[in-house]
Amino acid sequence: MQRIIEHPVLGPLPEVPMVKIIVDGEQMEAREGEMIAAALIATGKKYFRKTIKTHEPRGIYCGIGRCTDCVMTVNGIPNVRTCITPVEEGMVIETQMGYGVWKQEQ
Amino acid sequence: MEEREVVVIGAGPAGLSAALEAARSGAHVLLVDENSKPGGQLFKQIHKFFGSRDHRAGVRGIDIGTQLLEEADALRIEVWLDAEVCGIFNQRDVWIVRNKEKSVNVRAQRIIIATGAVENSVNFPGWSLPGVMGAGAAQTMINLHRVLPGYKVLMVGSGNVGVIVSYQLLQAGADVKAIVEAAPRLGGYGVHTAKVRRAGVPFHTSHTVLEARGTDHVESATIVQIDDKWQPIPGTEKVLDVDTICIAAGLTPLVELAFAAGCEPLYSPLLGGMVPWHDASMCTSIPSIYIAGDISGVEEASTAMEEGRMAGLSAAHSLGYVAEHDYEVGFKAAEQRMLALRSGLFGQKRRDAKAAIMAQTRG
Repeated sequence: MQRIIEHPVLGPLPEVPMVKIIVDGEQMEAREGEMIAAALIATGKKYFRKTIKTHEPRGIYCGIGRCTDCVMTVNGIPNVRTCITPVEEGMVIETQMGYGVWKQEQ
Repeated sequence: MEEREVVVIGAGPAGLSAALEAARSGAHVLLVDENSKPGGQLFKQIHKFFGSRDHRAGVRGIDIGTQLLEEADALRIEVWLDAEVCGIFNQRDVWIVRNKEKSVNVRAQRIIIATGAVENSVNFPGWSLPGVMGAGAAQTMINLHRVLPGYKVLMVGSGNVGVIVSYQLLQAGADVKAIVEAAPRLGGYGVHTAKVRRAGVPFHTSHTVLEARGTDHVESATIVQIDDKWQPIPGTEKVLDVDTICIAAGLTPLVELAFAAGCEPLYSPLLGGMVPWHDASMCTSIPSIYIAGDISGVEEASTAMEEGRMAGLSAAHSLGYVAEHDYEVGFKAAEQRMLALRSGLFGQKRRDAKAAIMAQTRG
């Protein structure tokens, strides 16, 4: 997929600093402050998680933090709503399988 | 426990307008929103609004949002972002989790709930595949986040959301392959529908989506003609080469918080389903709790702002901030503006549905 660089109403895409994120072990770039889901759509990622029983793929559905279809494991914490969680430098994002696994000691 | 005179829940068009009106009247207002930015869904509305000049017609939603935030700044309204409201107790106490780490209780003399609405889904084989999404979700991606969720789109539903988002998808560089509408007639305002039609997007009335196919993401959609009993007509299936299916099938009010607080429910199919009962001042069956915007019945951002103003003014008045005469004048003016918005072919039905809610007495 792609970023919308030029827009007839909104004008050119404003320049913002880029941050590095790690998606399933691979380093990628994201625009500072953008939502994880937006960054992943821009990289062309097709699905964000797979369901626990039938392993079906899931992606964004509502895009505003209500439906929880887009959840992923972020910095070791499962079930993070990626459509309303902004990226941060060095963030580790993983495709979630089922309910996910807690990896962070709190 | 912290105390505030008025706590407004939700910083979209309704909540912002309510907070502004209550603060202008002199009340101490706290505005809370679970998102990291205020504005609700206003900032993805890049089209010009309808109505008269009083309703900021001709102004894009995104610019109205900026204007409301500037006014809130000027009035020094206290705003808590990343603040999730988990419940309302004793008709007064608002339980808020701030920044996902701190639990706070705020005792409010008046609460205005402006939680908005959520998009409906349509179920068909393949509907859970990535690439099937709410039309509003696609709108958020393109206008707010500036990413295209797909290149080739099927839009399901020809109401205002369906045609406006279709046009905005075209503006963003996507190809809208078709718009299907289950009803025999198109549902959106003529001006938006005409723009999409002029751009060459085919409309299919009496059609629905039968199936989405794909391995990890949508790769095609099958549409079908339906008869007057809404049943698929065999042999009329068409397979469309799309990677995205947008569902514009209406919205449902986000009423959980109000109902859990004890506000009396009422069923209004035209306004999106279950809504809290409310009177013309936007007060619910609980005298300390007001509502405004889509939670009180799904309409438009312009009506949401008017309802917000009404709720904010009425809440402040009930606290003794507005002189009786000023309240009467303000109330009547707000009512007139709402009547103007609820006129015409589409508005009249909403006006009747609202009147039916208010005709029921409570308390």
